[in-house]
Parts: sequence; C-alpha cells; structure tokens
Amino acid sequence: MAKFLFYRVLQALFVLVAVTLIVSFAIRLTGDPAIMLAQGAGSITEADLERIREALGLNQPFLVQYLEFLKGLVTGDMGRSFMGGTSVSELIGRALPATLALAFASLLISIVVSIPLGIKAAVSRGKWPDQMIRILSLVGLSFPNFWLAIMLVLLFSITFNLLPPSGMEGWQSFIMPAATMGIILTATNVRLVRTTMLETLRSQYIMVARAKGLSNSAVLYKHALRNCSIPLITYFGLQFGGLLGGIVVVERVFNWPGLGTLAFDAVAARDYPVLQGVITVLSLMIISINLLVDVAYGFVDPRVRKS
Amino acid sequence: MSLQPPFPLLSVNSLDIAFGSNRVVKDLSFDLYPGQTLAIVGESGSGKSMTSLAIMGLVHYLNATIAGGNILFRRSTDSAPVDLTQLTDRQMRKIRGKDISMIFQEPMTSLNPVYTVGDQITEVLLLHGDYTRATARDEALRLLRLVRLADVESLLKRYPHQLSGGMRQRVMIAMALACKPKVLVADEPTTALDVTIQAQILTIIRDLQKELGMAVIFITHDMGVVAEIADHVVVMREGEKVEEAAVEPLFEQPQKAYTRALLAAVPTLGSMKGQNLPCSEPLVIFDGADVVTRGEATVQDTVRVQEQPIVRVDNLVTRFDINKGFWGGVSHRVHAVENVSFDIYPGETLALVGESGSGKSTIGRTIQQLQESTSGEIVFSGKPVSQMSRSEKMTLRQQVQYIFQDPFASLDPRKTVGFSIAEPIHTHQLLNGRQNVSQRVNELLERVGLKPEHAKRYPHEFSGGQRQRICIARALASKPKLIIADEALSALDVSIQAQIIHLMMQLQREEGLAYLFISHDMAVVEKMSHRVAVLHLGQIVEMGPRQLVFDTPQHAYTKKLLSAVPVADPKHQRQHLLLDGDIPSPIRKVGDEPIVNPLNEVQPGHYVSHSEASAPL
Repeated sequence: MAKFLFYRVLQALFVLVAVTLIVSFAIRLTGDPAIMLAQGAGSITEADLERIREALGLNQPFLVQYLEFLKGLVTGDMGRSFMGGTSVSELIGRALPATLALAFASLLISIVVSIPLGIKAAVSRGKWPDQMIRILSLVGLSFPNFWLAIMLVLLFSITFNLLPPSGMEGWQSFIMPAATMGIILTATNVRLVRTTMLETLRSQYIMVARAKGLSNSAVLYKHALRNCSIPLITYFGLQFGGLLGGIVVVERVFNWPGLGTLAFDAVAARDYPVLQGVITVLSLMIISINLLVDVAYGFVDPRVRKS
Repeated sequence: MSLQPPFPLLSVNSLDIAFGSNRVVKDLSFDLYPGQTLAIVGESGSGKSMTSLAIMGLVHYLNATIAGGNILFRRSTDSAPVDLTQLTDRQMRKIRGKDISMIFQEPMTSLNPVYTVGDQITEVLLLHGDYTRATARDEALRLLRLVRLADVESLLKRYPHQLSGGMRQRVMIAMALACKPKVLVADEPTTALDVTIQAQILTIIRDLQKELGMAVIFITHDMGVVAEIADHVVVMREGEKVEEAAVEPLFEQPQKAYTRALLAAVPTLGSMKGQNLPCSEPLVIFDGADVVTRGEATVQDTVRVQEQPIVRVDNLVTRFDINKGFWGGVSHRVHAVENVSFDIYPGETLALVGESGSGKSTIGRTIQQLQESTSGEIVFSGKPVSQMSRSEKMTLRQQVQYIFQDPFASLDPRKTVGFSIAEPIHTHQLLNGRQNVSQRVNELLERVGLKPEHAKRYPHEFSGGQRQRICIARALASKPKLIIADEALSALDVSIQAQIIHLMMQLQREEGLAYLFISHDMAVVEKMSHRVAVLHLGQIVEMGPRQLVFDTPQHAYTKKLLSAVPVADPKHQRQHLLLDGDIPSPIRKVGDEPIVNPLNEVQPGHYVSHSEASAPL
C-alpha cells in the first residue's frame, strides 16, 4: 500500500508538471497579454507595452516564468490575475464550489438514471424496452452539449418561463445545466451498464442466486449490480475528466460562475496566471478522482483487497 | 391419509424443452421416489442440464421454453401434486431453494465473489425459514460442519476466492441443504474437481442423503460416478431418453446399443492389469442405431530405449514469487516444481499425473520454453537448453509441440483451420510454395481423420472432438518428435475421448512420436502410457513402468489417488483410503524450503520417494 501510494504521488506530480507545462507554453503562443491590457487606453507606445510586460514578469524567458509559477505552487501562491490583480487562489476559491456542485449533480443524475435503465435494458434484452432504451441512448449521444443547453433554455425559460435561463441562484438554476450534462452522460452510461450487466447475468452465481428462490430485484440489485461495479466505477471515474471538459461549454451557455467560465475568460484575455491555476486545480481533481476509484475497487470487491 | 411409498415425489411426464424451434429435450419422462438417487447420464448436448434447470423452473432465464409435458411435484405425501411448469414465478420461488435445491457444476464460479460465505448461506435461511440474524448464523455454522468443513467460525467471514474448489463445493452443498430440501438436483457437482476431492464430495452427498432422507437427481457424464452413487439411471442422448433402469442391471445388461457404446468407451481403471505395454483397443462407435467395432487391438511396443532420450530433465526447479508485502518484498513463493528429474525416449508415452497444484503443467511449459526455470537443466537431444543458440532453441520449439486442454480456446476463431495448421510450417520454413503447403495441410487433415475440404472452414464450425483433432494436426505440422498433451482429453466426452486416444496411439506407432501426457485421469493414463510419474506438490513421489506403478503402487499418495477413482461397476466396493483433507498448497513462505525427498529404486525402473516411510500425506 505504501509503495502504491508512493508511485501514485510520483505519477500525480509528473502529470501535473506535464499538463501545466504544455498549457503554459501553448497559451503564450496566442499573443501578447500586454496588448489586451492596453486596449482602450488611447495611444500606447511600445515603451508602455514593455513596461506592462516588465510589471507582469513577461519579459523573462518562458522557462524562467514557468519555474516561477512552479515555485509559487509549492509555496501555495498561484499569483495574481493580470485583469484587476485579484489573487488567483481567491478567484478559484469562488469558482470551484460552483463547478464541483454542477459536476456532482450531473454525475448523480446520470448514475441514478442510467443504472436502472441499463439493468432494465439488459434483462429485457432484444425486447421492446431494450430497443427503446437503446434508441433513446443513441439520440442522447447525438446531441452536442451546447445545442442541448440552448434548446433547454428556449423551451423551459423562454417558452414556458419555468426555470432561470442563467446564473446560479437557488436550486432551480441547477436543473438545466445539470440535466444537460446528465443527459449526455446517461446516454453512454446506459450502454455501459447494459453491457456489463449482460455479462454478469451470464455468470453461474446469478443462476445460483435464482435457484435459491430470490426475487428478481434481489438477484439484480444485490447479486449482480455489485459485481458490475468495477467496470462501472472505472468508467464513471474516467468520465469525470470528460465531464470537466464538457462543463466549460455548458457553464458558458448558462453563465455559471464556475471554473469553466473562469478558464474561458482567462483564455480570451490571455490571463496566464488564472489559466495556469485553473488547469492545475482541474488536473489535481482528476488525479484525486482516479485515486478514489482505485480505493473504491477494494471497497466493492474483496478480491482486490490485499491480505 | 398419507400415501405409502412407492409413490413418486417428482414425476416428469413427456417433457419438451425448446430453444425457439429447436427442441433440446424431447418427450422425457421419469419418476423420482423419496430417498432415491436418480442419475441422468449423457454426453454434451444430451439435454441433461436443461432437464435439471426445468425442474428448478429456471429454463426461461436461458431463453428456453417448456414446449410440452409437465413436472409434478408432491410437497408432502398427503397433498395433491402441483405442476411446476404451470406455477407463476412468485409461486415457484417459494419452492426453489426450499423444497427443491440445486448444486451446480463449477464451484469456482457458483458463489458470488463479493459476498462472504456467511452472507450467502444465511441469505437462503432468512428467505425461506423462520430465522433471525443470530439464529441463521448458528444454523449456517451447523450446516458448514455438516459438510465436514473445519474452522467454521472464521469460514463464515471469508470470501469465495479464499477457498479451494473442494471447499467451495461444500459451501454450495451447505447452501443447497439449508432448508432441508426434499429434492436435491446436482448438476455435474464433481466434474471440475480433483479425484480425491470428488470422492469426498460424493461421500458427503451420499451420507447426507441418508441422514436427511432426501431424493437426489444426479446429472453426470461419468459412468464411474453413476456406478458409485446412483440407485436408478436414465441415459439420455440428443434430448431423448435412451434407456432407464436400476443401476446394476444397467451396467450388467445394457439393453440399448447406445448405452453399450457409452459403457465401452469409459476407460476403466484396472483394465490393463497384468499387461506391461499399453494396448490400442478397437474403437466401439455408435453409428446410426448400431454399435460398430473398428480396428483391432494393437500392442503399443514403440519405445526405442536404445536411442538417446529426446528430453532429459535434470533436477528441475520452477518457483514463482507471489504476495508482495507492504514494502514490495516477496513474502511467499509457489514451489511449482521441486527437483524433478526424468527422461523421455523416442516413441514413449510418459504420463505426469497429479492433482491441481502438483506442478504437472508447469513442467510441460518449462520443457517447451514457455516458462523459465529457477534452476536445473533440460537436455534436448543430448544438448542442454542453457547452452543452446537461438536457432537451436527454434529447432527445439519445432520438435516439441503442445496440445492444450481446451480445444475451443486454442484455435484462433478468426483464422481458417487450414491457416492455423499451416502456421508452424511457415514459422519453421519447412516447406516452400503455396501448393506444397496446402498439400501438406490436406495430408495432415486426413491423418487426423478429417477431410481436406475442412481446411477452408473456421473453428466454430467444428465440434469439440474435431477441434482437438485439428489441434493435433497443427502439432504434427512441424514434424515433432515430442508432443506435450496437457489435459488434452479432459474436456471431451468419453466416446470422443476414446477416439482421440485411438488416434494418438496410432500416430505414435506410425510416426514414432513420444508423448508427455499430462493428466489427472488415472484411467486414461493407465490406457495410454508406458511409464508414469506421480507428482505431489511439485515433486515426483513415484515413477516407473505403468504396470508396476498401477499394479503395485508403493507410495501412499499413489494409492490414495488410485483409490479415489470411481469405478464403473456398481458392485465394486470402494476402499476409502485416507480421503480426508484438502489438497495441500504448494505456496510457502520465503525461506521455508520444502524437504526434497530422494527417490529410491524399489524394483528395476520403479522409483519411490522416501517420504513413503514417513507419515501418510
């Protein structure tokens, strides 16, 4: 276990450095933040720009800047935003809960919906409920997330005026963004649950459970589901990364004050410190979710536990 | 008023089971009486397992339907019989697991891996019986003791993967007996187990049946097991009942040709008594409606001892590290092979026999260089493998070929049979030109009793026996001197098994092949081999000419193995020799080296390990 954790931490550090290095490098290819900052300030000379760069530390070579950033990370200081000078930690501290809440709400919706539907499809394999669920899942898979988001807004906010079209105020505002992400996740998850369930249902111990005289729901939810959980947990864990990516777009549409919006604005403004900070936090989240997944394996399956 | 026996507890009447329009059980009828053991025997595809699932009301989970007939079950002697095929699932659930329960074939996969043994047993008790959690736990303990398991308290908290196959099957039996069923359906409950464990399980089932007065339906393909356990036998073939009789008349005077062919195909332990060489017997084939005998008895005098041995294994040791500790160190090792030495001469069949974990397969893999040895030497055609160049090792791989147990898994399903057979020819560049290769493939197919046009087909188009023939043809393709057959007959029906034995012996006579025949089946080993080495925990405990080892076994373990083999004769009184305990594990702590017992020559060529003098195993 100690060895396992040690390798896990090493791996996490490597991923963190690689991701931040690539992102820091790539964003510097997009252009000069000094010009962005100077916009609207009337006539600007090259000397003015140079002064801005110097103030922001942009006149130094890339590697020096990057090492500065790493040093900051180690001491817990992620720097200050180019725009307004708020500290990056504070910006992230404000946005992170909103994103996490949305991500978990989406994941929860997809798990709660996809497990019963997937099981239903598996047990009625080839019959109409299965066909129905598979068609719906295909339809769900075909929606682009931004389109789905806009359609929901058109329908529920503009036509029926039931739900707030944007922002994060009250539980009602969660419904549409979480549903958008949830529907798209559910579409893939249903198929996954169905396939793993079909495989598990072929096992001998399922027939044994039936031969005991257990009810159908006890066989499915007690005996089969827990045996499906390893592939499901793996996939739900992996999905979390994709989910965070998708959330950037959805947050934008619903004007959700989360990391996605923060990252989007940072890219648009070439606000390097904010972007680097957001990416670091997102990477850390994905790494820790993966670690949690590994721990969860042992929890659901005694065979994974080390004696 | 209660009725007196004989009065059937369960009667199956004109039962038809179908997958779509394909009927797998046709017009089957039989009765089961209280306290009786009814064996249903048949080869694969006979419909015996479907029949057992129909009694449990489970066929619809396999998408099969009961197309006709009924199954009448009498819950008690004074109640009217109910037709199990007409019950709703809810009604059937009250009978399933309570009045009629079932044990399945694969103990390794019959228990749910994520729940403890205790959870799985108490589940049935809580479902059908009047128990609280605490009383159910006590009852579970009693049941585990009933199936002769030790240390039951801790067993309750253990998970299936921590138990051996034999222990799992006992847990299954405990689970099946939990609600004191009137009928126990046992579907090949011992097929996947080692013979000594099989003998234990059969004894437990028989004893408990007497104790609890239940009726047993015992599904099997093994005539030896039938003779051992059954009172009454139903023989099935392709979904139909061929013959039904009490066990003794069935074995003494089988009425139907198929039963006679089935009995003739069963290799019987002791059939070679007094003969020093194996003998290829005429094949008894069930052809259409008649029994045909093909070929004649030929003594297998093929060993060329005057030549240099093909393979000499010298003090071979193979160990695997397992169980990495907290800081990654190795805490335990599997001592798969410990100081094993033997040689194989051209034209000879050397059998390696032993139970699971005895290291027999590891030896085979090490010879073929599929597995690295820890120490010791393998000498191939006079040259030690450790001194071989790359091209010499290639020659070794060409001349030593392998046939595996599972003919379904050892052929690439996406390649034609012809491609698979031709592959070794290309790999070792034995022939050039497409014409030559395809001609050779055709020859090989004919050699193993198939047709040249089969070359274009895919593995799934063949039966298990045909696939094993294809595997043999593939092994022959590289013109080997030695074929390692690792449980190559174990997955086959007896009639097919007899044919493959016949083929292998014929090939030995005609091609001068040597076989390293790895098997747990003592009867087949007796039929085929010139010499036998008995393995126990990675060591050879007894080795010698087959006749000496089988007729005058010296080592306690050899005697135990032989006594555990079921004999296909209901009158045979089994001598139960030391049939307690589980198969010991070859896993040891690092530093805890096993004692290697030297072999002593007791008769010319007959070696016995010294451990015989010490305690029985």
